[in-house]
Amino acid sequence: MEYYVQKIKENGKIAVDDLILIKDVPSYGGSKILEGFHSLFTAEVVERLEKAGYPVSGTTPVGEFGLDLVGEFSYGHTQKGKLYGAAAELVKKGEVEFALGVDMNGAPRRAAALSGIEFLKPTYGTVSRYGIISCAASGEQIGVYASNAETIAKAMKIIAGHDEKDGTSLPDMTYDYSTTEAVSGKKVALITELLEKADDDVKKQVQKVVADLEKKGVKVEKISFVNCQTACIAWQILMAAETCNNISRYDGVKFGFRAEKYKDIDELYVNSRTEGFNLLTKTMILYGSDVLSKKRYKDCYEKSLRARRLIAEQLNALFEQYAAVIAPVCSTLSFTDYDVKDAFTKVYNEMVFTAMANLTGIPSLTKGAVQFMAKPFGESTLLSLARVSEKEDK
Amino acid sequence: MKYEIVIGLETHVELNTKSKIFCSCGGHSSAKEANDCVCPACCGMPGMLPVMNKRVVELAATAGLMLNCNINKYSTFDKKNYYYPDLPCAYQITQLNHPICTNGHITIKTKDTEREIRIKQIHMEEDAGKLVHEGNFSYVDFNRTSVPLIEIVTQPDFRSADEVLTYLRKLKSMFQSSGISECETGAMRCDINISVRPEGSSEYGVRTEVKNMSSFELIEKAINYEAQRHIDAIEYETEELIQETRRFDEATGKTFAMRNKETEADYRYFPDPNLMPIVIDDAWLEKIKANKPIILDERENLYREVGIGEKEIAMLLSNHVLMKLLDDTVQAGADLKTASSWILTDLIGLLKRKNIALTADTIAPAKLARIIELVAKSVITRATGKKLLDVVVEKDVDPDEYRIANKLDMQQDSGLLENAVRKVLQENETMVAEYKAGKEKVFQALIGATMKELKGKAEPSAVVEALRKALLR
Ligand SMILES: [Zn+2]
Repeated sequence: MEYYVQKIKENGKIAVDDLILIKDVPSYGGSKILEGFHSLFTAEVVERLEKAGYPVSGTTPVGEFGLDLVGEFSYGHTQKGKLYGAAAELVKKGEVEFALGVDMNGAPRRAAALSGIEFLKPTYGTVSRYGIISCAASGEQIGVYASNAETIAKAMKIIAGHDEKDGTSLPDMTYDYSTTEAVSGKKVALITELLEKADDDVKKQVQKVVADLEKKGVKVEKISFVNCQTACIAWQILMAAETCNNISRYDGVKFGFRAEKYKDIDELYVNSRTEGFNLLTKTMILYGSDVLSKKRYKDCYEKSLRARRLIAEQLNALFEQYAAVIAPVCSTLSFTDYDVKDAFTKVYNEMVFTAMANLTGIPSLTKGAVQFMAKPFGESTLLSLARVSEKEDK
Repeated sequence: MKYEIVIGLETHVELNTKSKIFCSCGGHSSAKEANDCVCPACCGMPGMLPVMNKRVVELAATAGLMLNCNINKYSTFDKKNYYYPDLPCAYQITQLNHPICTNGHITIKTKDTEREIRIKQIHMEEDAGKLVHEGNFSYVDFNRTSVPLIEIVTQPDFRSADEVLTYLRKLKSMFQSSGISECETGAMRCDINISVRPEGSSEYGVRTEVKNMSSFELIEKAINYEAQRHIDAIEYETEELIQETRRFDEATGKTFAMRNKETEADYRYFPDPNLMPIVIDDAWLEKIKANKPIILDERENLYREVGIGEKEIAMLLSNHVLMKLLDDTVQAGADLKTASSWILTDLIGLLKRKNIALTADTIAPAKLARIIELVAKSVITRATGKKLLDVVVEKDVDPDEYRIANKLDMQQDSGLLENAVRKVLQENETMVAEYKAGKEKVFQALIGATMKELKGKAEPSAVVEALRKALLR
């Protein structure tokens, strides 16, 4: 597979996915519609990393606007055979120390699982979204791919913190990314509904992590959380609506791809967008338009906002009792190439594992196929649990 | 049958801020070339996020206070989706569900009626860019994109074009005088909702909307045309009225229906997740209130109280430059009523004769106040005052220097005063020398000596004048 969309520096230390903009570097966001586009400015996270001595080696392919499983339908980089995420593979091979990805539908967490590494989707609002090709503003967040918790913590200390250029960036406060919190005696919940949706390979990984933690004195209890399916539907609706709205600016008028043939402005829009987007994106646009339409808004969009509040409250209650929640992050570890016609359903089916964190903004760290979730700003608990489990791997 | 016209207005007003509503681009009105005043944010490039300009919130809230609205502590932004090449993101950020101001009112007086117009809401939003068509090509200019606007929505409370124009003039004057908006050509645009019904009826007729009108003259024409069209349709069944959006064609003086496609759009509004709700806490609201300019109605009452005539009040209220000059002249020490007569009679008359337009720089308020004082204190006559005003407007001279140099003062019938001054100056040569050497302090002593010589039987101001004059020789 091709690991880079654009190689920038031979001796770069990190990679960022192609949804993160760098000045004067061509950025496609995985889509033909952005052909020829390059940004006039650099994302805040990249600025911070470069200042801290982490130059970017290059940008890695993502699915069109990050909407697919792990980047299989990236414009010009379509994958065949077994699927992998490019950034996750670079980290696994040790070619970069860590990488950044935008987590909207769980794609980076899935990719980390497939490559057997780790990815942290931090608490919403802790990392600036300035300079990403944004789709679903209310739940997307930049996170870190790395092979261990220690490296994730190091990267987070650099990229997290208030940025006045992002209105959703939380006011300045200090975040805890310690990896050495005592875990013994902590109670952790395992969501049975999600475990049952996973295949044996994934289940085995979960069982291994549970055993590792129990060895260190963590108490793991199986619980039921029926609303993980509701979270998936709600996030699908909000994500599609916001994506449809945010990518409506790619219309062939100002930059990027424009269809060659058109008679008038309406045809310019229609032809450019018809030729510029893949079927998954178009499905998302139709779905998003529909849930925002007058006849559906109340039943779809508004209900999803209510579900978001409700589920956040339920999770809060859960985190009163448990330090963290464990669940599989995907149904299987062996995705292979498939027809784009099936993409919408396939991604939706996998989002049941990842949607809760995007919908409610809680942090989620995946180690292989196992994800840990905690209350907002509970990153240090996640990092510490992951680190304990890492030690048992050796 | 007699008919009543029912009109509601949506008025867009461009706010007078240094930068745009969600980015730091500034100075669009003085941009020389198309797209001189743009950045990645206001031309819709990916990666940029809207950051709220606080000044916009303050100006919108101030407008709300002036229109007696509730200022909502919590307000939110929504995205309105539609495709048009002058809209770079294909959505406009506006306020639909939780606008910043609600439930206000304003009283308007025309020559026939006095009416309270209810303000439904005021919300903040961003402007779009503009298209320039040349031959077979169309170009996009984003200079205006994201320029801050407020939209003031009234209830259907107007009953004539005259009332609408009175309201608009009042808004314009209010916003100009308070610095909320410069209200230049095109910076104030209206959508007019209009229907007619038999007089006495309480039900509304079929409503049409005439969009995007900015010239007052055309607004009047459009309302009169549209109202007559409705009446004809009802009275003579010339056509069937339908609820629709129309445009006014300046050339024909008629309105015409817009394509249905444009009017039946579903804008798919939803809350903008990139902008946190705006929370105006008590401290901020107090600060905004403290800076609130005097409301026109309050001013009007004040003018009436001091006895300014109705015609003059109307003149003042319709011209914020006049009002400001009057304000500042009073601030500089002049009496309100006297100053209003000087400004409205003498100054305006003078400008008319010379065919000069009144601007903020026509005359320094302090100089005008001094002229008024000189006349009030009988240092110069009223007629001389008028001449002095003329020179000050023309050459911006100092009134005192000029009148002294040109010996404009009244021939005081007081040999007594002059004799006393002459005597004091002769007897105090040292002090005179000191004064001429720049020692201002001794002037007080000279005043005291003169007053003593006159046994206190003199106007102190007259003594000061006489001394100054004598010392200048
Ligand atoms: Zn700008």
